[in-house]
Amino acid sequence: MTTEVGSDTDVKKEPEKVPEVQQQTDQPDEPADSAASASADQPQEESQSAEAKSDQEASPSPEPSSPPAAGGQKKEKGISRFLPPWLKRQKSQSQDKPDESSAPPKQESVEVVKEEQEETNQPKEEVDGGGAVTTSTEQTEEVKEVREESRAEELQPEEKEREEEKSIGSADTQPVREEKEDESEMEEKEEEKKEEEKKEEGKKEEEKKEEGKKEEEKKEEGKKEEEKKEGKKEEEQVIQQEASVLSTLKVNKKMKMVVCHVTLLDGSQFSCEVEKRAKGQYLFFQVCDHLNLLEKDYFGLSFKDNAEQRCWLDVTKEIKRQIRNSQWQFVFSVKFYPPDPSQLTEDITRYLLCLQLRQDIASGRLPCSFVTHALLGSYTLQGELGDHDPEEHRLDYISDFQFAPNQTKELEEKVVELHKSHRGMTPAQADAQFLENAKKLSMYGVDLHHAKDSEGVDIMLGVCSNGLLIYKDRLRINRFAWPKILKISYKRSNFYIKIRPGEAEQFESTVGFKLPNHRAAKRVWKVCVEHHTFFRLVSPEQPTKTKFLTLGSKFRYSGRTQAQTRQASSLIDRPAPAFQRTSSKRISRSLDGAPVVNVSDYSQADGAGENSPALELNSDSKSQQVEVMERPNADAATSITSETAFETDGAGAPQRKSKLRVQGENIYVRHSNLMLEDLDKTQEDVLKHQASISELKRSFMEATPEPRPSQWDKHLTGSPATTLRLQTHGSAEVKPEGNEVIEVVEETVVIEEVVKAKPKSSTPEASVPVETEVKEERSLSSDSESEDEAEYHAQPPSTSISTQQIKEEPEEEQEAELSQQAPPSAIESQPSAEAADPGPAAEEEKAAQPHEEERTDKPLLTPDEAPNGHAPQGEAPPSPQTAAADEEEPHIVNGSASRVETEHLPQVICCSEPPVVKTEMVTISDTFAAQKTEISTKEVPIVHTETKTITYEAAQLDGNGDGEPGVLMTAQTITSESLCTTTTTHITKTLKGGQSETRIEKRIVITGDSDIDHDQALAQAIKEAKEQHPDMSVTRVVVHKETELAEDED
Amino acid sequence: MAGLMSGFGSFTHAVVRALPQSLAKEALRTGSLEVDLLKAQEEHDKYVSVLKHRLGLEVVELPADEALPDCVFVEDAAVVCGDTALITRPGAESRRKETEAMKAALTELGLSIVEMTDESATLDGGDVLFTGREFFVGLSMRTNQRGAEILADAFKDYAVSTVPVQDRLHLKSFCSMAGPGLIAIGASEAAQKALKIMQQMSDHKYDKLTLPDDLAANCVYMNLPSKGDVLLHCTPEEFPESAKVFEKLKDHMLIPVSNQEKVKVDGALTCCSVLVNRKKNI
Repeated sequence: MTTEVGSDTDVKKEPEKVPEVQQQTDQPDEPADSAASASADQPQEESQSAEAKSDQEASPSPEPSSPPAAGGQKKEKGISRFLPPWLKRQKSQSQDKPDESSAPPKQESVEVVKEEQEETNQPKEEVDGGGAVTTSTEQTEEVKEVREESRAEELQPEEKEREEEKSIGSADTQPVREEKEDESEMEEKEEEKKEEEKKEEGKKEEEKKEEGKKEEEKKEEGKKEEEKKEGKKEEEQVIQQEASVLSTLKVNKKMKMVVCHVTLLDGSQFSCEVEKRAKGQYLFFQVCDHLNLLEKDYFGLSFKDNAEQRCWLDVTKEIKRQIRNSQWQFVFSVKFYPPDPSQLTEDITRYLLCLQLRQDIASGRLPCSFVTHALLGSYTLQGELGDHDPEEHRLDYISDFQFAPNQTKELEEKVVELHKSHRGMTPAQADAQFLENAKKLSMYGVDLHHAKDSEGVDIMLGVCSNGLLIYKDRLRINRFAWPKILKISYKRSNFYIKIRPGEAEQFESTVGFKLPNHRAAKRVWKVCVEHHTFFRLVSPEQPTKTKFLTLGSKFRYSGRTQAQTRQASSLIDRPAPAFQRTSSKRISRSLDGAPVVNVSDYSQADGAGENSPALELNSDSKSQQVEVMERPNADAATSITSETAFETDGAGAPQRKSKLRVQGENIYVRHSNLMLEDLDKTQEDVLKHQASISELKRSFMEATPEPRPSQWDKHLTGSPATTLRLQTHGSAEVKPEGNEVIEVVEETVVIEEVVKAKPKSSTPEASVPVETEVKEERSLSSDSESEDEAEYHAQPPSTSISTQQIKEEPEEEQEAELSQQAPPSAIESQPSAEAADPGPAAEEEKAAQPHEEERTDKPLLTPDEAPNGHAPQGEAPPSPQTAAADEEEPHIVNGSASRVETEHLPQVICCSEPPVVKTEMVTISDTFAAQKTEISTKEVPIVHTETKTITYEAAQLDGNGDGEPGVLMTAQTITSESLCTTTTTHITKTLKGGQSETRIEKRIVITGDSDIDHDQALAQAIKEAKEQHPDMSVTRVVVHKETELAEDED
Repeated sequence: MAGLMSGFGSFTHAVVRALPQSLAKEALRTGSLEVDLLKAQEEHDKYVSVLKHRLGLEVVELPADEALPDCVFVEDAAVVCGDTALITRPGAESRRKETEAMKAALTELGLSIVEMTDESATLDGGDVLFTGREFFVGLSMRTNQRGAEILADAFKDYAVSTVPVQDRLHLKSFCSMAGPGLIAIGASEAAQKALKIMQQMSDHKYDKLTLPDDLAANCVYMNLPSKGDVLLHCTPEEFPESAKVFEKLKDHMLIPVSNQEKVKVDGALTCCSVLVNRKKNI
């Protein structure tokens, strides 16, 4: 089974040539590349691929690991490392079991789930190959990593363990070197299995090399395997694909491939294989290529989260981390409705918009009158059927179309009558007419979200191109145009907008709305930020051309504003692509037939997942982290944060930087937390926070603005805004991949939030001396409300500092984007951040955050996981720090200051008041509150915490902070999270007097029950850090311990 | 079919109602002025004459009902937009039955009728401002939130925003449309405040025509095939300053219409007719 999985991955790679470096899948087509990547990833995968190959008789040795691939693996590993060996073992067992038992789906809880999903998605593809084998393959995909480690020790783990393993396995995606050895064994097994499978399916596989071919084969073979579970079918398909891939590329096996099912606007399904770690961008581009769509920026991919809420896929982030344990099933749809569709360049774009609107109308999302239904319906007929033909078009001919939610005969007659009047109209003209009318509908392009106002009255928040609309029932009761909004933020389940004072008003006002839950609040916030960016902002002026800029250019998706998109599309020079308009009918049909099958399976899987195993360890993703955190919270949790600063002459750190990638989700979580902290449920709280923040700011202002990369404290203290500014640095370092615009937005958002917190005080800070990099910062502000930006703009760009502060922000790309978008003005009071030593506070905040996150996510770790979480560091054979580092790498963001900032803000608060325990407490209470919120919130239980901060400093502390600021060359921040630890690594390279100095700051947050031996964990962390950077010296260790004394309310 | 939101101000029919004798004594009024019934009758006749003869509209004249002293103000009984007519539930209990005749007349014209059956809802047509792109509904003594919701449900194509109305009877007691995208608005504080709200709530840009007198800001705009922009507005006798403002609208066919008597019972120019655009064959 494992082999099969590997093959799948390979296959995916082949079809999808992923440009992104992070993903090994870069070029599946090329065997050599795939092999290299596979080898790099894990030998096991290679073996799998090899097996597959053997089956097909193509046996390129995938094992040779290309260095780059290996690097990628390391990045991915993060969580897996933490996982205790036994967990891994379990996984291996699970894998083995399936193989032996002919791959029973249940054993492979996680895998099975996926398989099922896949099957449901693509039931068409059925292969004769042994269902068992196929299942095994799927398992292997997910489990592969696990296998590596677990093989050596095959324990007979309980089902729970298996589940855990699975979850781990997801985490495992980042294979550990040690595991590789084990993997070899596993590979052998896998190979055997694969061989068997191949024999059975060999012919089929060959045929199926192409997906299309596969489907056909499946159809043929489907009958044979009727009894087999859907999962098996999927597996078979996968196998086939794998086989084909294997034949071509043995190496590719290493990469885990997942089949993504995308529902297109015409209701048809598009399937493509994607490397498991692929970013959303890869899939999105695949879909756009399939559609022959160039004006992509108005569109997006969405998926349903566990709560069945539609979430937009962030193209700049890994898919897996966003969908978590949801199915790899997506919907391609319009994300930004162009206010004037006539300005779209291509007819195909307009056509797709029409399809979207027809869906919107049929579903009732876009309400319209009878007359309008009829008119739009008539254009639909004209566009898709051409002129009315009395012979051909009897009344029945429209029965397949759905023109309205409740379609009446009367409506159909009216539609036909109008259709007749459109004689001679070309399809393109009909579409244009359709859009000209549809765009005038009041709800055109309005993204509605349920909410309550401050008085608990049910309202709807409508986000559109012009701003935010507030509806009560069907009535518009308020409207906030983008220019009126200074800041957008959310905290817990609350969503806030800060309104620019009117002519007669002197003070800004903040309007708060209550969303059903934290996620909903975050979702609205994100949508607002994106819409504001897309519609409100013009292409950012890039005063200075820097590396960042280059990177920025690469950013596309969200990154592009409407203005930019128009500019870009004006350059489109190709003959109008031919396409068929025939979909409206399909829509209804396809909807019916849409693959929902997997859902049931999934639900089961999910349930299992909560216990942990079912979830694919997207380990990188928050879910795991969250889970861990939660437990500690539940019991009075003690969080220990240790900060270790390493200084090295050489710049070894930078290398990692490049490799490290940030995982957006984590960032988001943090942001949310930060946000939450910043924004208290009660306005009073907010005010308090602001006050404290302002104080902090003042102190910061006083402090030298110069960037001190090494000191986390600074970062922490640094107001979030600062961190944002910092991002610029990161961007320089950041890889060019850049489609992280979205993330940027988030960051900006964060910034905004921060701003709120700091509100007025921040302004003065803005004056901070700006470094060359300032430009980047501006982007942040831009993302956020323009006004905020303005304030920030005032501040000179203290880029270097800011970047450092940004530490937490994982994504380099994001930073780059920021730089692009953000004009220099954006840069805010970065310097201030430096001044304070917020470290402890920050830590506390982090601890608090996790709690919140956990709750919000609700991913309660089963007891099984809990142990893991506690033990992780101790158990993890690889030094925790390394592990952390590895983990961090995946998350790593060079410039991702934004996330950091958010966290920092709360931290900052703490710092300002050393004993600020209260603030922290607030945060915690927030968490609780958040939980309650869901139920019926408004009371926030107060949690008392005890905070201790200990600082050890080595004599060496020359610290950048000393007199000479030096010139900041690069700054990188990497964040990784494991079960109970969050590690943030900030790497800065400074030029001082002609000598380069590299500082590595690690911030490790250990969260867990009292059961955890924090001292030991800390010692381990320090030890690891030393081991990790043998050529560096530890100059400072700050231990901040926060103990939750009591929980007032649950 | 005309495209969505096209042909603002284009009308073919007008529904009016005769003036009952009871108006002089029993009609509701915010003030305490005495109405000269004869003068009022004369005014109304002139008003109808303009619609019928000067503008060439097909005028449907409903007979007066002495039991309904305010029945001449037909605007409050129905809101017509496109092919849909919303029969209102007037806020004043004494006026509820005015809708019966209106409903019959509009049904006769072939409009699709939507009735406001919810007994918690009240809506006076005088609180409904249709700009051509959207509705503004004044929340006043006569109109409540529920009434506005029903209106929004009846005209789903359009945004319906609510505007608090204070110190005035109706939203259109101090504003109206004087052209496409042109809002005539009174100069009073209340009027200006309402305008600001409307501007904030709208996705569209409107020009404003500010009139010194709130009551003068109620005018009747039409866009007729052979006549172009037509505006019925106050007379210089009533509001000399405001009349001068109207006279600056060079592109409009300006028709001063006296309303001195009906205004005593809070009747404005728009109140006395329901304008309908009814195309043939539909």
